[in-house]
Amino acid sequence: MNHTPVHDVSHQAALTPVHNVGQQHPLGIYFKVWGLLFVLSGLSYSVDYFHVQGFVRWALIITFMLLKAGLIVAIFMHMAWERLALIYAILVPPIALGTLVYLMSIESNYTFWTRILFFDAGS
Amino acid sequence: MAEATLREEALPGTGGVPQGLRDFAGDWASDQEVFKGVHWGKAMMWIFLLSDTFIFSCFLTSYMTMRSSVTVPWPNPSEVFALTIGGQSIPLILIAIMTFVLISSSGTMALAVNYGYRRNRKVTAALMVATALLGATFVGMQAFEWSKLILYEGVRPWGNPMGAAQFGASFFMITGFHGCHVTAGVIMLLILASKVLRGDYDRSGDYSAVEIGGLYWHFVDLVWVFIFAFFYLW
Repeated sequence: MNHTPVHDVSHQAALTPVHNVGQQHPLGIYFKVWGLLFVLSGLSYSVDYFHVQGFVRWALIITFMLLKAGLIVAIFMHMAWERLALIYAILVPPIALGTLVYLMSIESNYTFWTRILFFDAGS
Repeated sequence: MAEATLREEALPGTGGVPQGLRDFAGDWASDQEVFKGVHWGKAMMWIFLLSDTFIFSCFLTSYMTMRSSVTVPWPNPSEVFALTIGGQSIPLILIAIMTFVLISSSGTMALAVNYGYRRNRKVTAALMVATALLGATFVGMQAFEWSKLILYEGVRPWGNPMGAAQFGASFFMITGFHGCHVTAGVIMLLILASKVLRGDYDRSGDYSAVEIGGLYWHFVDLVWVFIFAFFYLW
């Protein structure tokens, strides 16, 4: 298995083509992501604060959420510099969750209309 | 692969494990490295986090199913989690502060990992303790939020005065499970920080433990991003 120095060098080597800034100022990238996460959280909070509703609300919330999640996984968790084998092994399986969410949204829609028809109609 | 099997067979009857099982284990573990150059602990932590992703996704999906199938109005999180500060009701403010606290703890953790690989023992430990303190602050605020909801708003897992009965069950399940993760993370961070300070990783020359612990901590923050979006902002 690898040891830290080797690991660190591979990080730096992989860093060069992608993020020159990260290599010149190793700590800088963390502070930038930290700041960006603050800004994105502030933005998603303001969506609620200013009562944005409907499609725009959903689009904004999901966009900010995915951007935050991406920044945390890619930079804070160093996924951007890992080998493709690890990236795919971890990030591909959660795609299956889309199927679960899709099926459950169909199911909840069915339950909702069943309840409307049989519960609320009588009351 | 063939070599490993041969080596296994060359060993004369060591223990009572049948040869078939021995070969099976040998084939699956014969020095085949999928995640090349990745610390084994890191690969295992990622796989654990993947499984945890599925657990949290199940909670969030069941919450979605419940929420979109109720026929009574869902309590408005914006109002439920509002706080009155200086005579003014500010919507969702506690949750916003909790979000910023958790993001900051992720920031200090990322710095701790960086200083760990620079072998700066004291700064690494200090940053990890700072991370743990921010995490403890988060849990404290969550305890405040829970007691406010239970004692003053009358929210129970089976009902509440504000709307759909399923609100309490989803809220306590999702934030409770996340809070347990944060609490476990705080304990883990304090243990790791004391090991860093003691010089354990200087002696072994391997600071990977800090990064692996950091992965768990960032994951806790990551889950909160989704809870914040789906539970509090929906």
